[in-house]
Amino acid sequence: MATVTLTNIRKSFGPNEVIHGVDLDVANGEFIVIVGPSGCGKSTLLRMVAGLETVTTGELRIGGERVNEKEPMDRNIAMVFQNYALYPHMSVFDNMAYGLRIAKTPKAEIAERVANAAKLLQLETFLARKPRELSGGQRQRVAMGRAIVREPDVFLFDEPLSNLDAKLRVQMRLEIKALQRKLGVTSLYVTHDQVEAMTLADRMVVMNAGDVEQIGAPLEVYERPASLFAAQFIGSPSMNVLRGTAAGALVTLANGAVIEAAVDAKGPVIVGIRPEHLAPDPQGPIALDTTMSEPLGWNTLVHGTMGGTDSELVASLAGVHRESELQGTMRFSVAASLTHLFDAASGRRLGG
Amino acid sequence: MSGMVEKRGVGLWLTHAGLILGVLVIFFPIWLAFVASTVTQPEIVRPPMPLLPGDQFFENYREALVSGVNTPVARMLANSAVMALGIAFGKIAISLLSAFAIVYFRFPGRQLFFWLIFLTLMLPVEVRIVPTYEVVARFGMLNSYPGLIFPLIASATATFLFRQFFMTVPDELAEAARVDGARPMRFFWDILLPMSRTNIAALFVILFIYGWNQYLWPLLITTDPSMNTIVMGIKQMFPSGDDVADWPVIMATSLLAMLPPVLVVILMQKLFIRGLVDTEK
Repeated sequence: MATVTLTNIRKSFGPNEVIHGVDLDVANGEFIVIVGPSGCGKSTLLRMVAGLETVTTGELRIGGERVNEKEPMDRNIAMVFQNYALYPHMSVFDNMAYGLRIAKTPKAEIAERVANAAKLLQLETFLARKPRELSGGQRQRVAMGRAIVREPDVFLFDEPLSNLDAKLRVQMRLEIKALQRKLGVTSLYVTHDQVEAMTLADRMVVMNAGDVEQIGAPLEVYERPASLFAAQFIGSPSMNVLRGTAAGALVTLANGAVIEAAVDAKGPVIVGIRPEHLAPDPQGPIALDTTMSEPLGWNTLVHGTMGGTDSELVASLAGVHRESELQGTMRFSVAASLTHLFDAASGRRLGG
Repeated sequence: MSGMVEKRGVGLWLTHAGLILGVLVIFFPIWLAFVASTVTQPEIVRPPMPLLPGDQFFENYREALVSGVNTPVARMLANSAVMALGIAFGKIAISLLSAFAIVYFRFPGRQLFFWLIFLTLMLPVEVRIVPTYEVVARFGMLNSYPGLIFPLIASATATFLFRQFFMTVPDELAEAARVDGARPMRFFWDILLPMSRTNIAALFVILFIYGWNQYLWPLLITTDPSMNTIVMGIKQMFPSGDDVADWPVIMATSLLAMLPPVLVVILMQKLFIRGLVDTEK
């Protein structure tokens, strides 16, 4: 159990800086999800915490102690890799016991710890098997077992679910969450999947091109995205962004439509509206020229462009709608409190 | 075999007849050698050559093994075994370690060293044989096992093969071992080496035969008949001038020389299969 503190962490590969100063305080037992598109530096950040990459500048503390110069094994962390990284020639038992054997843990204690982990992960009947004789989900559990038996201060997960099929991913997601709650171990979890980020995180770190865009609880990021990037990355389908000009609390959009915003602003702004917040309203200010629709069952996505412009617009209607109802131009309104305003130049959130 | 599609008819018989004929054609010279090793000298030189084994099997083989022509064949077989095993194990050990260094460590000139090793692939033994002889002679290693083994022990081919294999091993495995606390050599012993088992077995077969069949190098550096290897020894058995060749003993020696490589192939074949199937530890 430990805190993790990152202070102005930077990473350069040769002349290229890929992480531009990350500050993060992780509380004891907290589940932090680092989320971002591929190439944003999230894995590099995790690997620096693991000790697999050196920290170029900045300070990394685990449990209050500076660990920049320490080998991975001396940091008391455990890591779960994307492709599981199980030793193919060793049995499940040996895979889990390997780290303990290197640490010269007494045999009886190894057996006990592995047995406990196997019980926790329902792997008891597989201990003698080789990794290739296991299914993807079982391998994933062995990889977690290997992390658990070491009783580390910090768990590090590097996209652990991305090699699983969709159904298993949902199941393992729940298992990881339950396990982390039960063990109460501080965890850093890297993913590009916003659903994993939303469901697992106590707090999430949204990263983009080596910068932290926002750190916050999942719903905080959803409800009050700090930047245009965070706004568009979290939420599915992604938030609609419309250019406009603000005068007080009123924003005039490109086609002349006027909508009410939650905050006062002046000059060019970007309005963000989540598709699920567009409410059908025959008198509404926002016109959508529909091009196609996607019925998903529990909701229906209507794609098109904003009337008179070519900016794309998506609306998400609750429930089932037949395609015949979704033709031509539809009109929507949006509650002022559900709009988001961003600075047109910097993309930062305007107002509270 | 029940899973295979059963094919019947004339086509099947013809195929088998063709295959059997092919086997017979290829096997015939070996059969002749065997026949020649079981008859007496006069029987061989008197045409037509016999096609069925004679009654001199034990006599000829005993003579070959115990006395031979210059050196007892048993002695030459032992020399060959030492040389072939030394080369095979030495090459495997050196190439495993150098491939490990090249793939897993970042050091200055890493690429340079790799290409230097790779370049030596293009130089056959014959090209560098004179300087090599000079070096070995100055070290006083003529007529010795080290002299037979060391000059042939570095292998660009095997290094290259292991490099390619190591590069297919996911990086995460090395990282997982690092997180588990394994130092580089521990990772090498515990994880890389067991994973390379089948490659090592395959390479062992190739390298053993390579070492066993060395001809030119032993011929150059072993002047003492007691250090002769079997492959060059056969050649030494041919008389110079007008002496009569003792064909039955020479043929017996040839067959004895073939035996160890054949045994290695057959035994290692089983190991391949165990390595591939690998049910228990």
